[in-house]
Amino acid sequence: MITLENVSVAYGTGARRVLAASDVSLHVTPGEAFGLVGESGSGKSTVLRAVAGLIAHAEGRIVLAGQEMGRRRSTATRKMVQMVFQDPYGSLHPNQTVDQILSMPVAIHRLGDADRRVATALREVGLGREHRFRYPHQLSGGQRQRVAIARALILQPRILLLDEPTSALDVSVQAEILNLLTRLRRDHGLTMLMVSHDLAVIAHLCERIGVMSRGELLELTTADALASGTVTHPYTKQLLRSNQGFDPSSVDIDATPAA
Amino acid sequence: MSDVTLRADLGHWRGWLLDQAPGSRWQARLGRWYRAWLGFRRNGLAMTGFGVVLLLVGIAIFAPLIADREAATLQVLTQRLEPASWQHWFGTDELGRDIYARVVFGSRITLTIVALVSAIVVPVGLGIGLPAGYFGGMVDAVLMRITDIFLAFPRLVLALAFAAALGPGIENAVIAIALTTWPPYARLARAETLTRRRAEFIEAAELQGASHLRILLTQIVPLCLPSVIIRLTLDMAGIILTAAGLGFLGLGAQPPAPEWGAMVSSGRQVLLDQWWVATIPGMAIFITSVGFNLLGDGLRDVSDSRAG
Amino acid sequence: MSDAPLLTVRNLRVVYPSDEGDFRAVRNVSFTLGRERLGIVGESGSGKSTTGRAIMGLVPEPGRVEADLLRLGDTDLRTLNERGFRKLRGKRIAMVLQDPKYSLDPVMTVGRQIAETHRHHFRSSAKQARAAALEMLEAVHIRDPERVYTQYPHQVSGGMGQRIMIAMMLIAGPDLLIADEPTSALDVTVQHQVLAIMDEQVRKRGMGLILISHNLHLVSSFCDRVLVMYAGQIVESCKAAHLSEAQHPYTRGLLAALPELGHRRLVLPQLQRDPAWLEDVAPLTDATP
Repeated sequence: MITLENVSVAYGTGARRVLAASDVSLHVTPGEAFGLVGESGSGKSTVLRAVAGLIAHAEGRIVLAGQEMGRRRSTATRKMVQMVFQDPYGSLHPNQTVDQILSMPVAIHRLGDADRRVATALREVGLGREHRFRYPHQLSGGQRQRVAIARALILQPRILLLDEPTSALDVSVQAEILNLLTRLRRDHGLTMLMVSHDLAVIAHLCERIGVMSRGELLELTTADALASGTVTHPYTKQLLRSNQGFDPSSVDIDATPAA
Repeated sequence: MSDVTLRADLGHWRGWLLDQAPGSRWQARLGRWYRAWLGFRRNGLAMTGFGVVLLLVGIAIFAPLIADREAATLQVLTQRLEPASWQHWFGTDELGRDIYARVVFGSRITLTIVALVSAIVVPVGLGIGLPAGYFGGMVDAVLMRITDIFLAFPRLVLALAFAAALGPGIENAVIAIALTTWPPYARLARAETLTRRRAEFIEAAELQGASHLRILLTQIVPLCLPSVIIRLTLDMAGIILTAAGLGFLGLGAQPPAPEWGAMVSSGRQVLLDQWWVATIPGMAIFITSVGFNLLGDGLRDVSDSRAG
Repeated sequence: MSDAPLLTVRNLRVVYPSDEGDFRAVRNVSFTLGRERLGIVGESGSGKSTTGRAIMGLVPEPGRVEADLLRLGDTDLRTLNERGFRKLRGKRIAMVLQDPKYSLDPVMTVGRQIAETHRHHFRSSAKQARAAALEMLEAVHIRDPERVYTQYPHQVSGGMGQRIMIAMMLIAGPDLLIADEPTSALDVTVQHQVLAIMDEQVRKRGMGLILISHNLHLVSSFCDRVLVMYAGQIVESCKAAHLSEAQHPYTRGLLAALPELGHRRLVLPQLQRDPAWLEDVAPLTDATP
């Protein structure tokens, strides 16, 4: 469903050229949930944005549902791939009601029957009629993220991209959103590509996981391997250790912080 | 209807407006306006400004009811330069015209100029600034250099040159003022667009397949408009003064039109002996400018507190 | 003397008046702090940050702070005005916030900012202050203090910025450090370095530390004792190592809702909020031990 071959993204030119992602190749089968994990600056979000088509100058091949993606995406391909952003405060237009936000994609793709579609989408993400005409500032963080998910789903995409969808949320709300995503994936047969810095979150939702650091895909592993600790790359091992909570004995206090 | 049921009814509307779960698009929008109004109402100075502007609009609309249209232009040479009296509340000018009537009808000219200038400046400013900020690169460079050229001329001098070249008259004064007023709006719209260009909700709209035009009109314009309107309100004083200045120099409204600036100009020869001839229209200009300024400040405060 | 609590808080209340009635952000919070590491966890809106701010005297208008007892050593914090608090801040209590970018002056080199703090509190000479600042930068394991001294805040990474913040906060030798989500903006590995540095300094100087965080794992593995807050109240207080055996259904619900690596569940148990948790707990009286 998603195939990346040697995808590279660079910013700047000449001596100031920075490779945000270099030669990333991976393959996600239909209905699968694939996770990319790494720290900030690892390039995981860059890869996701390249798949989304938000980075026009990405090099390499990106094939989605058998179609090779070019520089410009048609409206039909846009409909196939949707994304949920990290910040539920920044990803909804502050001056539009939930109704307006959800109606826009319906209008763009001339799907018709906007009223029913919006109502269905809201019901599907667990929001009631009372939320329909509220502004984002009248909603909690979790409710906003539900609206963002509804906005992505209303186009009935085949691929859902998730950029740290729960990292701005409280623990209890995170569980609700993760459960919602699990259910939607099952009900709609969605293929998911998720990015997160949280190993536990990514291993909860995804079967296969890629570990990224400094723009490179270091290791392809599985949630089971992470759980049992049978990972090979030293960086993955280090991430796994850090995830187990604070342990003064394992911290290299003098190590230079990564830029 | 008794007072009690009226109050209950008002309470009902208030509740409907402040409902946290509105039932329709309109209720949501009206509720939003009502909340903004509640915030605005607390600001005393802003309310004063709002009152002045409202009063001005009222005077302009009902001018024929509160003053005699004939008296504004009727020359009674036997009653030249009379001080205030029951017959002429603000006295008469050098041609024996009633200053009160002239000031009242002058508000129409002032408001016309203000409205026409706004109607030109906002679309032009947004039309130049939005694409510049949104597309960046060459588009930005070209559009902003054009803006810079207009910005480089001193406002009044350029307005004078235009008015002189096009010939005196209200329409030409409006065009002259508008031509010199739009560049800051283009810059403002560009700056507002730039801060929002990379927002996630813009990217989300892009991912949904929205065209550039749709993104500009439905996503970015609503966010730029408040600051543009505030800026416009604050600029009103300057626009009114420029219009008055052009009138004063004989390049704006032509006699016998009761334009405030022209009235001040005609009164300046007799300023020492018959002070009211120049002072009364001067006061009108002053009060209107302050009113718009206070209103603009108030609007800015309301929008700032909402953003913060 | 070392047995006397550093900080005593009894029935702390913070109220924000508003059009729709008073909002009680913190309700009857009581705890004492010795020379230990205390964690306060809770979700957003639980009042954990407001508690920290109240101790620092940083609750913004029109918020009101009330308490039956609020003592730092022998100082009664309730009687202090803004000037009194300003003298206290830095010298006796210090605070590290989430983002050093907002806490540091962007147009002054970091070294000068630390030195200024030293001069402000000790009326020291420029030379002494500089030496103290360099020493402090070294203490937070900055390898090249001379170079970092001359850098501006935007030139340093997040982890480095937080080290600098710690250096600046500790230079006047406070007894109590309040760290409000100090590492939430950092990557895990850097997070742990910053925590280790903070831990080292707090131990070395015999200070008290309050770590405010939403991260249950982090707090339970870093602190000695944990307070769990919900809707402005402390619902649970326990030894950090025993957090997994927490009693209150809220704490248990939070722990269960966390996805775990070695324990994959199809559906995460969602927290069912009980309205009873919102009811006021009895305020501490003299009779209660």
